[in-house]
Amino acid sequence: MCDLKFNISETAWCPGCGDHNILESLKNALESLGKKPHEVLVVGGIGQAAKTPQYISANGFCGLHGRSLPPAVAAKIVNSNLTVVVDTGDGDSYGEGGNHFIHNIRRNVDITHFVHNNQIYGLTKGQVSPTTDIQVAGAIHEPLNPVLLAITMGAGFVARAFSGDKEHLTAIMIEAIKYKGYALVDILQPCVSFNKVNTHQWYSNRVYKIEETYDATNKLKAMEKAMEWGERIPIGILYKEVKKTFNDKIDFLKGNQVLVEKETDINKIKGYLKDFE
Amino acid sequence: MNYNILIGGAAGQGVETVSAIFERIIKRQGFEVFTIKDYMSRVRGGHNFLQIRFGIDKIYSHIDEIDGIIAMNVETIENHIDRLNSDGFIICDDEIDYTDTRILKLPLKQCAKDCGNIKAFGSVAIGSVLELFGISETGIEKVFGEFFNEEIAFQNIKAVESGRKLVSKKIDTSSNSEDNNILINGNEAVALGTLAAGCKFYSAYPMTPSTSIMNYLAAKMNDAEIVVEQAEDEIAAIIMAIGASYAGVRAMTGTSGGGFSLMVEGLGLSGMLEVPLVIAEVQRPGPTTGLPTRTEQSDLKFVISASQGEFPRMVIALRNPEDAFYQTVRAFNIADKYQIPVILLSDQFLADSTTTIKPFDFDRIMNENFISGYEYSEDKPYKRYEITESGISPRLIPGKNPGVTVLVDSDEHDETGHITESASVRKDMTLKRMRKLELLKNELQEPLFIGDEDCEILLLAWGSILGPITEAVEKLNKNKNKKYGTIVFGDIWPLPTKLLLEKAKKSKKLINVEQNATGQLASIVSEVTGILCHSSILKYDGRPMSSEYIYKELRRDK
Repeated sequence: MCDLKFNISETAWCPGCGDHNILESLKNALESLGKKPHEVLVVGGIGQAAKTPQYISANGFCGLHGRSLPPAVAAKIVNSNLTVVVDTGDGDSYGEGGNHFIHNIRRNVDITHFVHNNQIYGLTKGQVSPTTDIQVAGAIHEPLNPVLLAITMGAGFVARAFSGDKEHLTAIMIEAIKYKGYALVDILQPCVSFNKVNTHQWYSNRVYKIEETYDATNKLKAMEKAMEWGERIPIGILYKEVKKTFNDKIDFLKGNQVLVEKETDINKIKGYLKDFE
Repeated sequence: MNYNILIGGAAGQGVETVSAIFERIIKRQGFEVFTIKDYMSRVRGGHNFLQIRFGIDKIYSHIDEIDGIIAMNVETIENHIDRLNSDGFIICDDEIDYTDTRILKLPLKQCAKDCGNIKAFGSVAIGSVLELFGISETGIEKVFGEFFNEEIAFQNIKAVESGRKLVSKKIDTSSNSEDNNILINGNEAVALGTLAAGCKFYSAYPMTPSTSIMNYLAAKMNDAEIVVEQAEDEIAAIIMAIGASYAGVRAMTGTSGGGFSLMVEGLGLSGMLEVPLVIAEVQRPGPTTGLPTRTEQSDLKFVISASQGEFPRMVIALRNPEDAFYQTVRAFNIADKYQIPVILLSDQFLADSTTTIKPFDFDRIMNENFISGYEYSEDKPYKRYEITESGISPRLIPGKNPGVTVLVDSDEHDETGHITESASVRKDMTLKRMRKLELLKNELQEPLFIGDEDCEILLLAWGSILGPITEAVEKLNKNKNKKYGTIVFGDIWPLPTKLLLEKAKKSKKLINVEQNATGQLASIVSEVTGILCHSSILKYDGRPMSSEYIYKELRRDK
């Protein structure tokens, strides 16, 4: 018998960390989508959140800091049968990996990007992150707004969630995984050890679910919504648009074609000698 | 007998197109051809030239002495007239103001205008050169048809005809043997090898002089079904290739030294994850931007030691386009078999030089991916990093085997791929990885030996110097005052030592011949074998070493 359930193993995370809820929500989302562990690839970079692939019984790729997107998109390009999920931190995604973040929005490979955004560096013990609010931990840089950046860059699925609301988070994750194309979910979470400002209570007091009447296909409205921060922070799907994925733009990858299953026709390659006659 | 023609002008004047057409016409006549390309890092202006050497016998390299110049501007004459034979010729437009007895000032531009296309003046010059050599123009329509649309091709063919009428035959050449060759440069040979190896994913960031590998592959992308992706930077390029390889296809990246510097963390990732990877590193003079369009062999010590930590890797120096093709295919097989990164080390001289060679033998190609045949069983769970005697662990394609998942981690990991800080696991895993290096040593190909078997002077060289040094050694041995031999490394890391030790013992003097300032091969040879070179011939001005240069340096060396 093969495993049909995703097992969660013991983690090295602090008790009370938002990571635990995110991991459980990921497992629940994958199971409710009927995925089997061997069909899923979870990719992380380096950091506390980036250890997620270690703790769930799917295929896993724990690579380098800031470099979670490049291997994830490449794996999906060559094997579209895999459900590819990047699950990693804010420093990994927006700091060291900032260049890959903006360009993979443009590339639009059908992967899902879950960012554990605790607005601080955990593993290296308390330095500022690209999303740290000004004056927290001595930050003097303006924080990066990942959801606004993603919408303006042309991402087709942009959402924000909160680790403190597992049910809502799971529902958003399901929608994000189902979306055909690059999907970003920025997940707000507390860091119980190093961020004493943006605590569980801090987020709980501020987050609110986006109204059911909200039109997620209106880009300008979405940008406005994405800029709400401070006393009230919206969670939910901010923007959604149907777009052609990377694989769908390439003749030999579109539809159900899977590159890893294709054989090279050596006689065809031999024919290229004609180019040099 | 062979001839050496230089075609020069400013960037944007069509020097490259005229040269490509000329070498193609000559090649189709059955001549052997060797062309080098000397260009500047700019889009317009400056001074670019190509040297096309052709003859009946195999040509291994370029030479400095020139028999004829096609000058599109006066700078071409000024820069190269010192290298022109006393009975050589210069063809230029009659508007060019320069005086020399060897100049043939011809109405190139007027003729081109009369043919309906002023830009075709290079083709007028081609016609004149063909006439000087008395070369018939069979198949010329086909050549122009391959470069231009019907109208422009017609104008250029007319231009060649009118160029012929401007001069009369001066030099007697006979070729007209049958043309069974291909005309290819080092980068194209790497690209074709990449396709022949069944590579399905090539990600790179443009960087001279490696870019033409990507360009050729991109042109074949849909037909050959290979993903060619221009990454946002070299970091993404190498790590995307690693991701694709992890997922089960053959993958590769290519760059020059500057891009490779950015790829270093990815190189270590391939080593630690044990994900097969092929990297083409086409050298140019560094450090930093250096001389972007020129040549050097100064990244050898860098690529053999790049990255923190220790892991097995292989470095193959490419020696000529034929070698480049077969070694590229072999690199993929070795990367897959040992689950390691393999670096193909080339340089601008090899990358851009075109030469005639026999068509590649595709029957020699054997591709094997070494994917494990493991099937799920509860008694024996799959372990990606299983400790084995060989050090090679079973590799599976993620998603292919129900019930089985593949976990890889850049942290030190246990057999299942999970993070560990255990001292004993760390030791076992290090040994497991390094055992592959010992095994890899059985796979090494000894360097090529050329020259007198009883040589007293042994030259040590590597990579693309093979051509020039072969010609230099042949010439030196004709003098019969000393006996010369050379060994030229292809596989260079791990360093094969059998032939080196054998030949070094018998010779009286060892001289390393390298295109760098510090003698990097000599340094590696002494580190691995304790053998010291007595003197060096080094060149580091960015221009390729010619056979004459090596010959003269050795004649000076008493």
